[in-house]
Amino acid sequence: MGEEARDMIMSHIRRDILSNTLSKGTRFDGRGFDEYRKIEVQRGVLDSAEGSALATIGETKVLVSSKFDIVKPFADRPKEGVLVTNGELLPLASPLFEPGPPNENSIELARVVDRAVRSCECIDLGSFYVDEDKVLGIYLDIYVLNYAGNFIDAATLAATAALMDTKRPKVENGKIVRGQYTGPLNPTALPISTTMIKVGNTWLVDPSREEERVKETVLTIATTEKHVCAVQKGKGSLTKDEFLSAIDIAFKRGNDIRKMLKG
Amino acid sequence: MSDSEGKVQLIIDGKRLDGRSPDDLRNLRIQAGVLGEADGSAFVQWGGNKVICGVYGPRECIPRHDINPYRAVIKCRYMMSPFASLEEHGRSGPSRRSTELSKVIREVFENLIIAERFPNTQIDIYIDVLQAEGGTRTASVTAAAVALANAGIPMKDMVSAVAVGKAGNVLLVDLGKAEDNFGQSDMPVAISARDKKILLLQMDGMLTREEIKTMLDMAERGCGKLNQEQANALKRFYEEGEEAKFRM
Repeated sequence: MGEEARDMIMSHIRRDILSNTLSKGTRFDGRGFDEYRKIEVQRGVLDSAEGSALATIGETKVLVSSKFDIVKPFADRPKEGVLVTNGELLPLASPLFEPGPPNENSIELARVVDRAVRSCECIDLGSFYVDEDKVLGIYLDIYVLNYAGNFIDAATLAATAALMDTKRPKVENGKIVRGQYTGPLNPTALPISTTMIKVGNTWLVDPSREEERVKETVLTIATTEKHVCAVQKGKGSLTKDEFLSAIDIAFKRGNDIRKMLKG
Repeated sequence: MSDSEGKVQLIIDGKRLDGRSPDDLRNLRIQAGVLGEADGSAFVQWGGNKVICGVYGPRECIPRHDINPYRAVIKCRYMMSPFASLEEHGRSGPSRRSTELSKVIREVFENLIIAERFPNTQIDIYIDVLQAEGGTRTASVTAAAVALANAGIPMKDMVSAVAVGKAGNVLLVDLGKAEDNFGQSDMPVAISARDKKILLLQMDGMLTREEIKTMLDMAERGCGKLNQEQANALKRFYEEGEEAKFRM
């Protein structure tokens, strides 16, 4: 039986079990509803890129590299640098992932992380101007290495950590001098996303893969300290009040993670 | 239009560039049943947006491995035509943006269509943006809902969508192109007509919790108006029938 068919049948059975477990106030792995799995961040894992980080949430592992190139600016923003975010769900990360061109899940991943980083203006793209028609482009490449649920939060976390690790490349005569740096990038904000699934009337933070399989509604909210900087609803529906309570949870968990990153 | 910093000024004396108040929608015209071959269709002209939607199905599910023995599979393709914007000729075919939008629009209707009634089939929602002026995803949801109703596909509720946002520190409903491009924040929202459930929700920009709360109320009012127009369009179609000519 294929993984997908198994998923389809399993989800019917597991959904019952999961909702029974949840009605008793517990999750399969014993976590509280608003609790993340264990989070670890390792910065500076690549020498080849100006910045990098590996984020681990539970068993989910995501690598993000930030790398610079000299590129042409966008016509409507000739003085500004360019931010490009790409997402890869590597086939080695899960039996559910297949090789091939980007699909809607990897595209959504990249675009949500991009919105979170871009909206909070944590990178001063104005400082990336090099010369007429030449600006620095920063490429955030998201590599999902192991998928055990909630790759979006691991990706945002790894992206933010990678930006904290990023060094500004030295530029001479309109070219990057590889391996030489002029100082840290110093992002001015730390965007963190919190993904929740709604099972019944309850928000579960940081769903495991098992919990994701039975999700009815999934919502990602990215925050900085005071602001919501990106939102993406996936499957399902929610009410206005449920959205507002999810925002409260996202600020709380986001601030915890920011503290951990700074500490 | 520009202030001293070279940024576009979007709010002048409390009015928007096109003269609207913050909570005004752009002009809207919805026409149902505009395509003869499709099982259901709709055309939405909303400000400078022109969006056409055709629905096929329930019909045979292809490829076969997509089949779900419990329900109809819902497929959605949102496409932006290469001639849709005033600027350069765009690239045809799917883009990262259109792939994401196809996904979030499909997820709106997966909540509404009573798919359990049609196991082993698929329902196709094809949306083509013929002209774009900001807010094409919300126009697409609004058009697709009418097209699905026109196709006679049973749904639990009707839905419409509008973008709310912030520009010049003012909260606005139904963002136009400039407000979308140069504003501070953009939050497209789809809300079901009866249950008031949020079925599409995206946001970028920087907003506080309180701003979001106010914007959700604005979106709800906007969607109410849109829903009335959708109902009128369907009524017109069934009253006037095929007499009504499609005009862009």
